[in-house]
Amino acid sequence: MDPALELRGIDKRFGSVHANRAVSLSVGPGTVHGIIGENGAGKSTLMNIVYGFHRADSGEVRVHGRAVDIRSPQDAIGAGIGMVHQHFMLVENFTVLENVVLGAEGGPLLGPGLGLARAELEKLGRDYGLEVPLDEPVEHLPVGLQQRVEILKALYRGADVLILDEPTAVLTPQEADQLFRMLARLRNQGKTAILVTHKLREIMAIADRVTVMRQGAVVAEMETANTSPRELAEKMVGRPVLLDVQKSAARPGATLLEVADLEVRDRRGVARVKGVSFAVRAAEIVGIAGVAGNGQSELLEALAGLTAPSLGKIRLAGAEVSAGARERRGQGLAHVPEDRLKMGVIASFSAADNGILGYHDRSEYLWGPFLNRGAIRSSCARKMSEWDVRPQQPDRRILAFSGGNQQKLVLAREIDSRPQVLIVGQPTRGVDIGAIEFIHRRLVALRDAGVAILLISVELEEILGLSDRILVMAGGVISGEMDRSEATEERLGLMMAGIGREESRSGKSGAGRPGGATPSGKGPAG
Amino acid sequence: MSERAESQGVKWAELLVLPAVNLLAALVVSGVIVRIIGENPWTALKLLLGGAFGSGEGIGYTLYYATNFIFTGLSVAVAYKAGMFNIGAEGQAYIGGLGAGLVCLAAGSAPFWEVLPAAICAAAVFGAAWAFIPAWLQAKRGSHIVITTIMFNFIASALMTWLLVNVLIQPGQQSPETRQFGPNTWQPTASDLLGRVGIHVAATPLNLSFLIALAAAAGVWALVWRTRWGYAIRVTGENPAAALYAGISPSKVTFLVMLLSGALAGCLPLNELMGSQHLISLDFPAGAGFVGIAVALMARNHPAGICAAAVLFGALVQGGSELSFDMPHVNRDMVVVIQGLVILFCGGLDNLFKNPLRILRGWVRGARPR
Repeated sequence: MDPALELRGIDKRFGSVHANRAVSLSVGPGTVHGIIGENGAGKSTLMNIVYGFHRADSGEVRVHGRAVDIRSPQDAIGAGIGMVHQHFMLVENFTVLENVVLGAEGGPLLGPGLGLARAELEKLGRDYGLEVPLDEPVEHLPVGLQQRVEILKALYRGADVLILDEPTAVLTPQEADQLFRMLARLRNQGKTAILVTHKLREIMAIADRVTVMRQGAVVAEMETANTSPRELAEKMVGRPVLLDVQKSAARPGATLLEVADLEVRDRRGVARVKGVSFAVRAAEIVGIAGVAGNGQSELLEALAGLTAPSLGKIRLAGAEVSAGARERRGQGLAHVPEDRLKMGVIASFSAADNGILGYHDRSEYLWGPFLNRGAIRSSCARKMSEWDVRPQQPDRRILAFSGGNQQKLVLAREIDSRPQVLIVGQPTRGVDIGAIEFIHRRLVALRDAGVAILLISVELEEILGLSDRILVMAGGVISGEMDRSEATEERLGLMMAGIGREESRSGKSGAGRPGGATPSGKGPAG
Repeated sequence: MSERAESQGVKWAELLVLPAVNLLAALVVSGVIVRIIGENPWTALKLLLGGAFGSGEGIGYTLYYATNFIFTGLSVAVAYKAGMFNIGAEGQAYIGGLGAGLVCLAAGSAPFWEVLPAAICAAAVFGAAWAFIPAWLQAKRGSHIVITTIMFNFIASALMTWLLVNVLIQPGQQSPETRQFGPNTWQPTASDLLGRVGIHVAATPLNLSFLIALAAAAGVWALVWRTRWGYAIRVTGENPAAALYAGISPSKVTFLVMLLSGALAGCLPLNELMGSQHLISLDFPAGAGFVGIAVALMARNHPAGICAAAVLFGALVQGGSELSFDMPHVNRDMVVVIQGLVILFCGGLDNLFKNPLRILRGWVRGARPR
């Protein structure tokens, strides 16, 4: 049988970047095919070529044995290829039905098209186990269901090959499992799915075959049954890697960061953090797990002094914190922001200029009112060599560094100020495996040196690997707290979902304090 | 290192070649229009360039106009560096003229070297004061600076008209302007200054304030690129979220740059009034505040580029008036059209030639043996 999707010698350059090097791969019909690789390995470029966002410089795309010329997403849809993007392309205040027919209304009048679509969607829902409340506005649906709407959109347009780009980034582990069951069902009905991800666990869980990409080229293609996460990681990175973080048991000291009844409201006055209390002690790493968007970001920003909490207290080493990010840095609180490019670095600045962000008024970098450029440059060079940032060029623009090297520089900058407390959000987001290993080792070393570390991450593996104690946030409250030794992915997943219910119909109405689900095991809270 | 050299090369190409190509395109289109109205584009270009640079007198006038544009260009650029679009340089210059003018009118027989610092301070303070209220509204109330500065141009215009018609007008005169400043307050002209060291140049309004403008450009460069305040300004302009993260107070930066921006625009009358008109007249900035936007845009907000772009626009004004004098079909409006085309190609259509230029560079590199 012809492969459902076959790529032959796809080559693509963006200026001096060779994003895809003669990529060939073949996806059998009725299979789930994984494409795995680090950030910048060329996965997204490849899929964007298949879906018509980019044109390949050379090479051929064949669907069911027929060469197709894909110049736009319309062509891709015409060829039976559908795509579910990492960031959903949905109109929030439209109903599910309206979202699905958007762009495929089938005529100038909405009525008849909607009627036909309803019948069709109900059939699709039954056939594939993809039931969704059709008349509910999308904004009222939990993320897992929103993703289902995206899948329905693709199927409604006749997709036979479904590309999913990092589909689990916004899901709890349970939601991810549901997605995988759905994919299995689609596969059994003869559909083909391509799963683009950097998570080894997902490939092992659902894919039949996997293609590993590195630096734009395919380095391996194999049956998942015949491989292991370790082998896949090695192929992705090109050398053996340590998947587990090596660390000794924590010996926590005095309480350094204390948060009491913190409430944070967003600009519209909606409470995003609702009365959160916890403490972090010297020489321990406390991890906050949770699905993105459950108040962790707002908590982080309030702790760092970027927003003022509406209620509650924050204490640093026993003293109340001052307002303002600058003052808190002075009090020994360093902050690595969740989104490096949005907040942690200035894209157009050099590495050296980025190396003083937040510390630019410290005397070591100044000469009267003037910036001491020699000192700034040499301090950056020192941080670069201490943190193995490559290439070691302080004058190079920060964007010309890889994500991992950018992040190392941000961490170096914050840790160089010898903080008592480090709050760090998504320390390894958009960072390659090699650098993840390095960053994790450094964070553990920092803990052993007596720093109190608060880690916020949506990557459960990271939380489990680094934390000594774990808090779970859901709906703006802490829905669980436990010692690392008591934590399992399943347990955390249930708490991340809020109250352990599998799926609440409305993400908003279920936002009360999750009652009886308090975990039995309380950690050694300060 | 070679990679760094290459990125430097890209930077230079974009800083120098791109504006040149844009300018050329603007001139080509202008030529077509000149042709359509029945004149010879080559002759027009020769007249334009000859008028601006062909004689000592032409150069003097070109640089005299350029002085105004340097001040307003710097004003716009400083604000833009912090991510703010100051459309109010016109009004700030106008009110700055009130400050400088009052000092000159009150100077009595004080020597010039005492008048000048006082006039500079007054011009800067008045200009800054006119920017203060929009800055305050932006920082504290979130009112958009573009809207408020435009409105303040109108308020400045109305206020100055009222003052000139009702308060400052020379008694017994019909035209709404003050009495002439005493000669002791006049800026020494270039021919004066150079004459003292034995160099003879044509008598033009070009005066000492040209050097003040260049010094201001150097000062702005040092402030923005070399001091910690400049660092805070650039961080705020490039990435407001990162500024917040770094603990930089956005309202402080807003005040700092808007006051500075107003002060720079407020210095325009040092040239226009103290250098040439020697009185406060109605609407003396004559649109220089708006030309400053184009100058800053074309110069990518870099002081060195601002000086160059200001000379270009000065040349357009000076060469343009020669052109309209010598070519019957080309009037002043036509010169405004040419200015508009330069602004359009150098500012609005900035990206038009960016990618073709990059592709061209790629070809050139590809043709070379690796």
